[in-house]
Amino acid sequence: MLKIENLHVEVEGSPILKGIDLEIQAGEVHAIMGPNGSGKSTLAYVLAGREGYEVTKGRVTYKGQDLLEMSPEARAAEGVFLGFQYPVAIPGVSNVYFLKAALNALRKHRGEDPLDAIDFMKLSKEKAALVQLSDELTKRSVNEGFSGGEKKRNEIYQMAMLEPSLAVLDETDSGLDIDALKVIADGLNTLRSPERAMLVITHYQRLLDYIVPDVVHVLIDGQIVRTGDKDLAKRLEAEGYAEVRNAMQP
Amino acid sequence: MSTATEPIDEILKRGYDAGFVTDIEQEYAPPGLNEQIVAFISEKKNEPEWLLAWRLKAYRHWLKMTEPRWAKVSYPEIDYQDICYYAAPKSKDDAPKSLDEVDPELLATYEKLGIPLHEREILAGVAVDAVFDSVSVATTFRAKLAEVGVIFMSFSEAVQEHPELVKKYLGSVVPIADNFFSALNSAVFSDGSFVYIPKGVRCPMELSTYFRINAAKTGQFERTLIVAEEGSYVSYLEGCTAPMRDENQLHAAVVELVAHKDAQIKYSTVQNWYPGDENGKGGIFNFVTKRGLCEGERSKISWTQVETGSAITWKYPSCILKGDNSIGEFYSVALSNHRQQADTGTKMIHLGKNTRSTIISKGISAGHGQQTYRGGVKIMRGATNARNYTQCDSLLIGDKCGAHTVPYVDVRNSTSQLEHEATTSRIGEDQLFYCRQRGLSEEDAVSLIVNGFAKQVLKELPMEFAVEAQKLLGVSLEGAVG
Ligand SMILES: Nc1ncnc2c1ncn2[C@@H]1O[C@H](COP(=O)(O)OP(=O)(O)OP(=O)(O)O)[C@@H](O)[C@H]1O
Ligand SMILES: [Mg+2]
Repeated sequence: MLKIENLHVEVEGSPILKGIDLEIQAGEVHAIMGPNGSGKSTLAYVLAGREGYEVTKGRVTYKGQDLLEMSPEARAAEGVFLGFQYPVAIPGVSNVYFLKAALNALRKHRGEDPLDAIDFMKLSKEKAALVQLSDELTKRSVNEGFSGGEKKRNEIYQMAMLEPSLAVLDETDSGLDIDALKVIADGLNTLRSPERAMLVITHYQRLLDYIVPDVVHVLIDGQIVRTGDKDLAKRLEAEGYAEVRNAMQP
Repeated sequence: MSTATEPIDEILKRGYDAGFVTDIEQEYAPPGLNEQIVAFISEKKNEPEWLLAWRLKAYRHWLKMTEPRWAKVSYPEIDYQDICYYAAPKSKDDAPKSLDEVDPELLATYEKLGIPLHEREILAGVAVDAVFDSVSVATTFRAKLAEVGVIFMSFSEAVQEHPELVKKYLGSVVPIADNFFSALNSAVFSDGSFVYIPKGVRCPMELSTYFRINAAKTGQFERTLIVAEEGSYVSYLEGCTAPMRDENQLHAAVVELVAHKDAQIKYSTVQNWYPGDENGKGGIFNFVTKRGLCEGERSKISWTQVETGSAITWKYPSCILKGDNSIGEFYSVALSNHRQQADTGTKMIHLGKNTRSTIISKGISAGHGQQTYRGGVKIMRGATNARNYTQCDSLLIGDKCGAHTVPYVDVRNSTSQLEHEATTSRIGEDQLFYCRQRGLSEEDAVSLIVNGFAKQVLKELPMEFAVEAQKLLGVSLEGAVG
């Protein structure tokens, strides 16, 4: 589904990603771990098409298409979803209104009729229940005055509504209390399907206890230095990045 | 991000939907202004002598006045002798008596604008007066309104049919020599709407006037007067459009509102005069004086405006809170894209005890647009326990536009309470990206964010028009990001 080859990215002239190779098949869940500032969010943004990230080398192919050529909205329409590390607020625009506009834009792209208000609300209720997002929060302005945890819940609610093929989740677990983590992980597990791939960026093994990844990558200083199975995450948790880094030294 | 503003700049490429010209036979006064022209207009309208005298008095005042230049707008000198002060569709026999007599071209014009004048087609519950260049061409639902005693007709007709009311109230809120543009209007005003709501009547439908400038080189000077007697209520909406023309056109209207004891007037404007092109060529110069008098106790006047058009906007709908416990409100969204300049705000003058005013102003600047909020709150000595709340928010799209806030406060009674809040924000690249990541196009994203920003004001509009205004904000920003 997604193939990243030798991806180099610069931000304001300084190289951040230095040759990433990564391949994800439909149905797989990959985790990316790595120290602060190693380039995890940068990778997520590049996949979603944010401006200001200059690809200096490499390719990204998504469902057989050149992903880097596509506008952010075209990527979204093709099923790329980014769960933001820091979701922004849009004052005065209610969450459901926003999502209805988004969902209908995607449906239009797929040649489907827009959902009417009733069907939309039915769907919204069902998906909000999945992450236990309260009715009040679905109606409030997008992310305005949401607590850190509520914002993350809202991201997953949006993901559930939009049903992407590739979900890139950037630290969806940070800021969550223990119960909320469980709720979100359960929600994500429900969303796991043979047609859907997930790239989960996290600092903590805890999340991966619930959402067991097929593959774990360690990103350090703009490079994937280790790739392994779920046990790699456990080892990292126990030993820290220093071990991995040392192991990398020639 | 370093490149964040580039795409935003590019979105600012707009199509103006209402920019067509109607091909119709017109009758013009020759360009220029002098006492003969004033007399010509008055005669065309078959006006009583007192009104001609009133116009001439205004004209003579105007001659001694100079154009105000304190607003933060710049525009080339206006040659007042190069403007036509009267243009009217030439109909067979004076004014049409009913819709059937209205020139089909004219009806078609309004259809094109989405304002069908045939009563059966009109949105249920909205009566429309249509003013084309200098004259009113149709007022709908008159008979139905007359049943409850509501008078809704063109200003010219009111002069003929209700001269005593016109004489009593004309100039009572905006005096002849109030300012340069109102004096000019008083001398040459052509038409507009007249509304009278009798005691205790709640007007059964929304009243609305659509103003259309069609003729080239012509100024439009409407005059609107709304009187709400004791305990009455009326909601009134005006909409305005004009064709795309390369030269600037002058529009100088005066609106006067009088609310007696316990009466309420809700006045909404959706102003979409032609704003000029991307480079600032053409567009309407909009110099408008709007003022409401809360004459009686517990009376209330609310101004709601959505200003998306005009090359220059100079407009300060104000309230004089004379009656004790009276209330004044001002809700405004003003948008300046491309080279548009808007200097707009309000004045709340508190005279009576326990008077309250609320000002919510939302300014949106994009492209090279310049936006100034100019607001005055005056608490006079007798206004014990007066209160004012002012909130003034600016939204910038791109980095070549500007937003300015100029609040004036004059407090002469120490029991008053004033609150002022102001914010300036920029549509963030992060907000746009968030929306686009969810599948919205960049234009839809801008429109969504702007409408969210303006919501507090849009929700004050009558329902029928809120949707229209929302779309207009979107259309006016078309091309604002690319
Ligand atoms: N706009 C920018 N300008 C300059 N440097 C940037 C910019 N954006 C990111 N960087 C730098 O790129 C590097 C990678 O940042 P990124 O946000 O991808 O890290 P991360 O792995 O997600 O970190 P964290 O775990 O803290 O979220 C950091 O050193 C950061 O300072
Ligand atoms: Mg990060």
